[in-house]
Amino acid sequence: MAGLSFDLIALQLFAGLALGAIYVLFAIGLSLIFGMLTVVNFAHGAFYMVGAYVGLYLISIGGNFWICLVAVPILIGLFGLAVERVLIRPLYGRGIDYPLLLTFGLSYVMVECVRIAFGKTGYPFDTPEVLQGAVNIGVGYFPLYRLFVIGATAVVLLALWLFLEKTSFGLIIRAGARDPQIVRVLGVDVSRVWLIVFGIGTAIAGFAGLLAAPLQGVIPEMGGTILAEAFVVTVVGGMGSIGGAVLAGLLVGVVVSMTSLFAPEMAKVSIFALMAIVLIVRPQGFFGRAGLMS
Amino acid sequence: MTDATESIKEPRTATVSWYEFATRHRASIVAAVILVFPLVMPFTALAVNILIYGLYALGFNLVFGYLGLLSFGHAALFGTGAYLCGIAIVHFGWPWYAAIAAGVAGGLLMALLIGVLAIRTRGIYFAMVTMALSQCVYYLFYQAVDLTGGENGLRGINVRTIDLFGLRIDFINPMIRYYVIAAFVIAAFFVMSRILASPFGAVIEAVRENETRARASGYDVTKTRLLTFVLSGGFCGLAGALQALHLSIVPIEILHYETSGLVVMIALLGGMGTFFGPMIGAAVFLVLENVVSVWTVHWQLIVGAIFIACVLFFPAGIWGTLIARSRR
Repeated sequence: MAGLSFDLIALQLFAGLALGAIYVLFAIGLSLIFGMLTVVNFAHGAFYMVGAYVGLYLISIGGNFWICLVAVPILIGLFGLAVERVLIRPLYGRGIDYPLLLTFGLSYVMVECVRIAFGKTGYPFDTPEVLQGAVNIGVGYFPLYRLFVIGATAVVLLALWLFLEKTSFGLIIRAGARDPQIVRVLGVDVSRVWLIVFGIGTAIAGFAGLLAAPLQGVIPEMGGTILAEAFVVTVVGGMGSIGGAVLAGLLVGVVVSMTSLFAPEMAKVSIFALMAIVLIVRPQGFFGRAGLMS
Repeated sequence: MTDATESIKEPRTATVSWYEFATRHRASIVAAVILVFPLVMPFTALAVNILIYGLYALGFNLVFGYLGLLSFGHAALFGTGAYLCGIAIVHFGWPWYAAIAAGVAGGLLMALLIGVLAIRTRGIYFAMVTMALSQCVYYLFYQAVDLTGGENGLRGINVRTIDLFGLRIDFINPMIRYYVIAAFVIAAFFVMSRILASPFGAVIEAVRENETRARASGYDVTKTRLLTFVLSGGFCGLAGALQALHLSIVPIEILHYETSGLVVMIALLGGMGTFFGPMIGAAVFLVLENVVSVWTVHWQLIVGAIFIACVLFFPAGIWGTLIARSRR
């Protein structure tokens, strides 16, 4: 245990935050969509995966990583808009399980389409040159790209917060999450708000997929694993709560990273243990509203 | 349904009574169909798969269709049944009947563990928590390499003959194998029919229809849910155990969340909350999968698209739509 210095633990903590940042982005989209539309988007992992593949494609036709950072969320968001409009909208009012089932079927279709277009095997995804290498953060050298992931997540969160809290459209979204009927009575076209929220949520999922790609490469199945883990994040944080998603996402990232330092074989299981504890102690999660699910 | 005014208004009483006949003798009808099924099915292996997945979907449907909770973690119940049956044979040398009992017990126990945690949540949370917990079970079995064989799966579950009261039955012969497995599946359908016809079965549906009212009538909703989930685990555990005996290996993919998704598709396709739905769904789904995979390797695309169409246009499933037609 001599190697377990304070510095190593601190570095591992940072690695956990970088991993957690991806969870945060993923879970925030999931939470935003659920909080507004009460739709559990089982295809969220597929949007994440397609985001990474679109990035791969754009780079292969001559784009660079920075263009991707802008283009991928826009393209995935547009795709999300189309999905909401064509597939999910007919299901509103038909029970909470149906959109879930539909998006589950959609994830099959999306994964298989990517397999047809790109093949079944995965691809490596190069870290952009500027972000290669490591930088001294006081406790040791830390990969620059991971710092960038943390920074980019912070920027997205800040932008989202400003959008939700400071714009009039954000006000409508927050009101719609609380009581869609009253908002509709006040003359707001709620279905348009839902459409846009679904687009934003999926755009963030695509962005998260792109950010995760240099860390773990891209394979068609990459969305399935993170979906289960993001469910843990939303259960721990409280469904429909953005603050909860942020806190729980970072916590889950740190827990995974710390257990892989001390007990590597338990790393995958640890987050589910965390969820089990939260379910026993506080079933609605950190910031969940007790009555939201009934 | 059958009073005089109804029958005057309804010119199609014959179909209604046909439906009532089917409901009254539901388990016997399933038994009869299962017994003649391999005679019309060209591939016995496919027929066995339909039996096993039909049983798996039957257990799932108890929770999804009758209790009204969507579980995305049934792979854990199915897989635990398969693994425990396999481990009992490979590592402990148990006879086949004890191994099947171990599989059922494994399904019940795993359902109890998952159920205790997942029942604490409500509504849509249930799907997410069951899926996450079953993913946890996947990793646990994946890492217990000594017992489960890890990534390679559990191999060597060789049951060649089945000894029954001095009789030695050849389990290698596909037709005999089908009927041995069919015996268990038919028994399970009779048990399920009995459960659904019991007062407890009525409570299950009462909880689905109106939780508040069921609670006000003095039923313990939480306990009903837990018990139903555990019972479902028993059926799925049996299906898993039969799967282990049939395949003679247990692949790790049996615990993958796609196995959970598969049963959701089967149940919805056949008709959720109907007695015949799971078997019909399994038959249609697996035959479709077989046919499509001959034609293209990308069968998941077709299956996914059909599933989307089902959710959008036929949420009642095949059998559910038939019932609705006959009642119209």
